[in-house]
Amino acid sequence: MHPAFSVIFLTTLIGAGQGLFLALYTGQVYNTFGVVGDAAPSSLYIAGTFLVLVLMGLGLFASFFHLGRPERAWRAATKWKTSWLAREVIVLPAFSGMAFIWGALHYFNIDPVLVTTGTVDISLSLVVGLLAGLLALLLYLCTGMIYAAIKFIQEWASPLTVINYTLLGLASGFSLAAALAAWFGSSLTNAYAGWTLVFTLVGFGTRMFSLYRNGRIKRKSTACTAIGVRHPKIRQISQGAMGGSFNTREFFHHKSPQFVQTVKVFFLITVFIVPITLVVIGWSNHLFTLLAAAALVQYVGLLAERWFFFAQANHPQNLYYQAT
Amino acid sequence: MTQLALVIDLNVCVGCSACVTSCKEWNTSGESGGGMSDKNPYGKDPTGTFFNRVQTFEVGEYPKVETVHFPKSCLHCEDPPCVPVCPTGASYKRKEDGIVLVDYDKCIGCKYCSWACPYGAREIDEKQKVMKKCTLCVDRIYDMSLPEERRKPSCVLACPTSARLFGDVHDPDSEVSTAIAERGGYQLMPEWGTRPSNHYLPRRKTKAHVTEEALHRIDNPLKKEEQRTPVSSDLPTLDDFLF
Ligand code: SF4
Ligand code: SF4
Repeated sequence: MHPAFSVIFLTTLIGAGQGLFLALYTGQVYNTFGVVGDAAPSSLYIAGTFLVLVLMGLGLFASFFHLGRPERAWRAATKWKTSWLAREVIVLPAFSGMAFIWGALHYFNIDPVLVTTGTVDISLSLVVGLLAGLLALLLYLCTGMIYAAIKFIQEWASPLTVINYTLLGLASGFSLAAALAAWFGSSLTNAYAGWTLVFTLVGFGTRMFSLYRNGRIKRKSTACTAIGVRHPKIRQISQGAMGGSFNTREFFHHKSPQFVQTVKVFFLITVFIVPITLVVIGWSNHLFTLLAAAALVQYVGLLAERWFFFAQANHPQNLYYQAT
Repeated sequence: MTQLALVIDLNVCVGCSACVTSCKEWNTSGESGGGMSDKNPYGKDPTGTFFNRVQTFEVGEYPKVETVHFPKSCLHCEDPPCVPVCPTGASYKRKEDGIVLVDYDKCIGCKYCSWACPYGAREIDEKQKVMKKCTLCVDRIYDMSLPEERRKPSCVLACPTSARLFGDVHDPDSEVSTAIAERGGYQLMPEWGTRPSNHYLPRRKTKAHVTEEALHRIDNPLKKEEQRTPVSSDLPTLDDFLF
């Protein structure tokens, strides 16, 4: 497939935004239940929510470049019963709105206690945050399923697609949260850095597994089934267009195999190896710069990871465009 | 239920692309859809939107090789994977005749449906920025101002070898159903369960089987005469008895 930059930015930006929100909310849960000693400053939550909304907004902005008719984008929510894309279009603003309310509650310091057990106070923002958190997880599912639901793009048609989108989004969000918490000097830095390592390491495992799986795919469609002629030797000599067509532009990356291979090695280093190293060093020495660098490097790496995700997918329609 | 479709006979298609040009002509100058835009139509790398393309494949290895001309357009699948993925409902399949269509006024050009078609039958119109595909000439097959035999898709009428048949594949007695049943019509990529309505008729070896017996009939009356023992002039003839 042709890796479109609009979609690469959309999926990585909102993935990080969702992860960052889940990190902030994890912090609140920790504080509420006394897992982490001192309460985090609410400025961390407010700045964090602001960052979440910026990320979601930028993602949404990028997505508009993918549409031919962005002015009609509102229509995209109509077929949520059948289309994962429509579901994403609904869940994305729902999550952003809920995250905004959560941040606003902290900003205006409106946080009535709803239920109390004496030791633990369940406040309004905790409930709102829970809803937003669930929407964030749902959004990972929607984004992943957009790709995993196309059963004949065999590289994508696997639960691994959803798992990787979720884990890599969480990793980038938590690494951002770790840097943010370090900036505010919060004790949550430890928890965030720990989770960043967990998500990055587990994500490394699942992403490697999907690379392993995709390297060994047995194609269901062949040139024989494509044109219905049973013969081991079928060569295309004309594809019905001279200067290429939508089919040759949308479904091919037009890059050399070496380039694709380089991107793969690059993303494995920048998404996993470098951030893990930086987080370990930054965490043990409480260095904000290293944690921030880890988040930044990981994000750049994720851009490459997403590029590779698209480039690697081989659509069966390419059987009709073998001359490309 | 009706399911209109094309049946394409690969045995007689000569790859002349008359269907491609007539399709382009009809759908560009017709009232519906705003045409199919082109870029550099007369320049170096001409490219544009087409509903139908004729591709050519070479099967086998020289000298045992066959050229297969392969017209490809939307197959109007009975279970079209391109329809449920559309977030706007612009892509839909008509209940009354099974034609899969795009509502150009609703489409947002997200291209998701083109990813979900395993055949690459959908192409975006770079000018109108909406998704386009074969409509089975829905704007002419029901046009009552045309004489009945002209109420067919443009490509079908243009084909000089009658390689394209058009009709209802759900009606067992239609021309298309008979052709599919009698000439081994098949579907493309059956492995994905899309159940395409368009069918293809396979290539056939058109060899006449002529036996020795057919050329030299054993019971050929002429040959039988040849084998008669020659009449000897020494023997008495009928005339001898009479006179
Ligand atoms: S051929 Fe492609 S575009 Fe046409 S109905 Fe089937 S899946 Fe949809
Ligand atoms: S490109 Fe148009 S028809 Fe296709 S899925 Fe998007 S909105 Fe639907």
